[in-house]
Amino acid sequence: MCMKKLELYIHIPFCIKKCNYCDFLSAPAGEQEQTEYVKSLQKRIRSYGALMKAYHVVSIFVGGGTPSLLKAEQTELIFEALYDSFQVDEDAEVTTEMNPGTVTKEKLLMYKKLGINRLSIGLQSANDEELRRLGRIHTREEFLSTYRMARKTGFGNINIDLMSAIPGQTLESYEQSLSFAAELEPEHISAYSLIIEEGTPFYERYGGGSHAEELPSEDTERKMYARTKEILETYGYHRYEISNYAKNGFECLHNLGYWNRTEYIGIGRGAASFVNHRRWTEGSEPVVLTRQEEIEEFMFLGLRKMEGVSRVGFCKTFSEPMEVFYRDVIAKLKMQKLLAESEDRLYLTDRGIDVSNYVMSEFLF
Amino acid sequence: MAGTELSRIRNFCIIAHIDHGKSTLADRIIEMTGLLTSREMQSQVLDNMELERERGITIKSQAVRIVYRAKNGEEYIFNLIDTPGHVDFNYEVSRSLAACDGAILVVDAAQGVEAQTLANVYLALDHDLDVMPVINKVDLPSADPERVIEEIEDVIGIEASDAPLISAKTGQNVEEVLEQIIKKIPAPTGDADAPLQALIFDSVYDSYKGVIVFCRMVEGTVKKGTSIRMMATGATAEVVEVGYFGAGQFVACEELSAGMVGYLTASLKNVKDTRVGDTITDAVRPCKEPLPGYKKVNPMVYCGMYPADGAKYPDLRDALEKLQLNDASLQFEPETSVALGFGFRCGFLGLLHLEIIQERLEREYNLDLVTTAPSVIYKIHKTNGEVIDLTNPSNLPDPSEIDYMEEPMVKAEIMVTSEFIGAIMDLCQERRGIYQGMEYIEETRAVLRYHLPLNEIIYDFFDALKSRSRGYASFDYEILGYQQSELVKLDILINKEEVDALSFIVFAGNAYERGRKMCEKLKDEIPRHLFEIPIQAAVGSKIIARETVKAMRKDVLAKCYGGDISRKRKLLEKQKEGKKRMRQVGSVEIPQQAFMSVLKLDDK
Repeated sequence: MCMKKLELYIHIPFCIKKCNYCDFLSAPAGEQEQTEYVKSLQKRIRSYGALMKAYHVVSIFVGGGTPSLLKAEQTELIFEALYDSFQVDEDAEVTTEMNPGTVTKEKLLMYKKLGINRLSIGLQSANDEELRRLGRIHTREEFLSTYRMARKTGFGNINIDLMSAIPGQTLESYEQSLSFAAELEPEHISAYSLIIEEGTPFYERYGGGSHAEELPSEDTERKMYARTKEILETYGYHRYEISNYAKNGFECLHNLGYWNRTEYIGIGRGAASFVNHRRWTEGSEPVVLTRQEEIEEFMFLGLRKMEGVSRVGFCKTFSEPMEVFYRDVIAKLKMQKLLAESEDRLYLTDRGIDVSNYVMSEFLF
Repeated sequence: MAGTELSRIRNFCIIAHIDHGKSTLADRIIEMTGLLTSREMQSQVLDNMELERERGITIKSQAVRIVYRAKNGEEYIFNLIDTPGHVDFNYEVSRSLAACDGAILVVDAAQGVEAQTLANVYLALDHDLDVMPVINKVDLPSADPERVIEEIEDVIGIEASDAPLISAKTGQNVEEVLEQIIKKIPAPTGDADAPLQALIFDSVYDSYKGVIVFCRMVEGTVKKGTSIRMMATGATAEVVEVGYFGAGQFVACEELSAGMVGYLTASLKNVKDTRVGDTITDAVRPCKEPLPGYKKVNPMVYCGMYPADGAKYPDLRDALEKLQLNDASLQFEPETSVALGFGFRCGFLGLLHLEIIQERLEREYNLDLVTTAPSVIYKIHKTNGEVIDLTNPSNLPDPSEIDYMEEPMVKAEIMVTSEFIGAIMDLCQERRGIYQGMEYIEETRAVLRYHLPLNEIIYDFFDALKSRSRGYASFDYEILGYQQSELVKLDILINKEEVDALSFIVFAGNAYERGRKMCEKLKDEIPRHLFEIPIQAAVGSKIIARETVKAMRKDVLAKCYGGDISRKRKLLEKQKEGKKRMRQVGSVEIPQQAFMSVLKLDDK
């Protein structure tokens, strides 16, 4: 039994309406287009079958867009193809993303039947005014009914997505959203800070530094980040990755896989894959990583995790100690109090998390 | 060539204000005399360098020989000498003019006489050239040739009633220009048997032929094998080849004799030996005295040039050496800056010359450069009686050793329409100008005369002039001399450390304002660091302005979409790449851009 671990990502690029901050590959689409897309997904999934015999699948993640927009039967077709083509572990973590108001009881039951055992629901904010600004399609109440329906259907592993630094958001309203989510006792909470991305309506409005007064100040934003950890800890969550919090044993395996450099295949428009030292996105040629790039990735990806990177792990992977490559960098970052060390592991300090891009870029050669 | 009678030769140049159509007329003349067909013509034949065409200016002197069959049936040889069109190259212009017997003055039929027109005409008259006016662009709707003719007669004082009214663009009436050249421009004089006396008006370096000397034969004859001597530099050599200027090519011939314009090559390796303005004579049978007017041109403006990538230092040195082969007025010597590493202090004739060299280094030699603020040469009179020419602000002696300082002044003429007189006077006032007078050249236009410190016009004076006059003001200047002035050295401290490359000399009364602007500009240019960075301007130990770059609070990538690691990598690489282009000063990383941005401290 020397089969290798594999993760699967399925991309569903459809949504009811694009949110104001969203730069993901997603757009509203007609029924015809969705049907055809599902068909081509099936084909693509099956085309991998024979090639991936040496792998067993430890997690599946259906992301978007809004995957819950697909009809129950369409989701079924996708999963049929998946189970036919890949060897999926009995206890694999199988997640689908969904937005409030896009699922029915029947759809949820189908999800259960298909082996989906984890739901990720986009709440973003518990404040209706903030939701409106974000261009979300739902209210706080609509979220609640979807969440309750999911629980009632028997889903025992649910994630809630939250967002900080929303235009008009105050520290108080953010804390209220946090408590609102935590009191529902989901197993997992993702709390991201809003980034104004190019090509979005938000970029139009805030891109050039205009209307800056509507955005929470940098100081407020950092307070929001600090408060996230404090508040969620009181509810029994711990931070295991820069933006992710979970109750013990409910860390998202799929997410951690990216940072641990587990191999994965992404299927669907624009999805990224990483197999056998190669990275590619759908429709483009695989690029073989150099040893140097792999070393860099090991560091900058690993540091996303709160536990950081393991010296022993590094040595096992590359047959040379970390010090050979990074002695000076590590010394400098430790002096700047951005990195800390305990026993085998090297990890970001709180200040290091604040400026993690800087820290990570230091590990590029 | 041999046997051409002097009466059939005309040596002339074309002078004009920028954009009045000098190069276009030259092109048309070349085309109409059949030297090139219009299909072969690349627009503006005489501007060889890519840069010249792009900027629409002439940097190096050029010459071309044209054969014209006149209406009277005779064949004439025209030597057209194109002169640089900018005040930085005034000396080169004067030598080119000295090689001519007459000048065609091109004036735009709509814009009329401009500052450069005047300056160029005076220069031509100084050299006893017969000036023949031509009114160009008569095909433009706004053309008003009557008014312009009147203006030429009133302002310049030369007869213009029979000036050809032409459009160099369409070729309209250009024939008339050619006919008038024969009538109005005198034939050269000189004795082919007299001792050799020839004026060098330019020289270029060719990797095969060595130095090619452009010369105007005044007396005597030169041919292959003649032993020549440069009377000012003393260099001697044996002539290898003589010839004249075809269109864009050198055409060898038997000999050059008095009255002709041509080139010669000899075993000369360096243009430094063949200074513009020097006299060539026969080493065996020398002429009695050199031609008048030679002077060694000295740089007026200095700045530090550093390779963006320190490892490119030898490349920069090689490139400067190569450029110097063709440009004797470019000077450079190695210098070291704490902030910028190893580089060169380079001397230029003016700001345009500086920009041209900088652009050529970047384009032709593919070098990424960081330049420091341009500086003029200050004369430092020390208390011990010593006088220093200061070209690098960092070398300013301790104030206690300085008795007083002097700075170079220029005499400026600004031509402007009356509605902008106030705005331009304000500008000159702000730049410490001393009003010398004003004359109306017509009801709506006037010439303002000012004495201005050179260091006030080497930054952005020209830009400011244009923006405050909506592009209507024109400007020309010449060096006046030195004048005592209250000057101080302004230092910039970043995170309490002095950055030598940002120091400059400034008039004491402007120090506060300049310091404040520098700090503001740098604040925008320096990225946030993990710590707070004070930016201070200081004169001596006194801080006169301060800004702060706040500490970086946050720099996190939120979500990683569907395992798209390459996107994350790109972001990190961009960050890292940005840092590579920074200069480390103490613990602060300063973008190279910052060193350049302080050169443009615009008011707006």
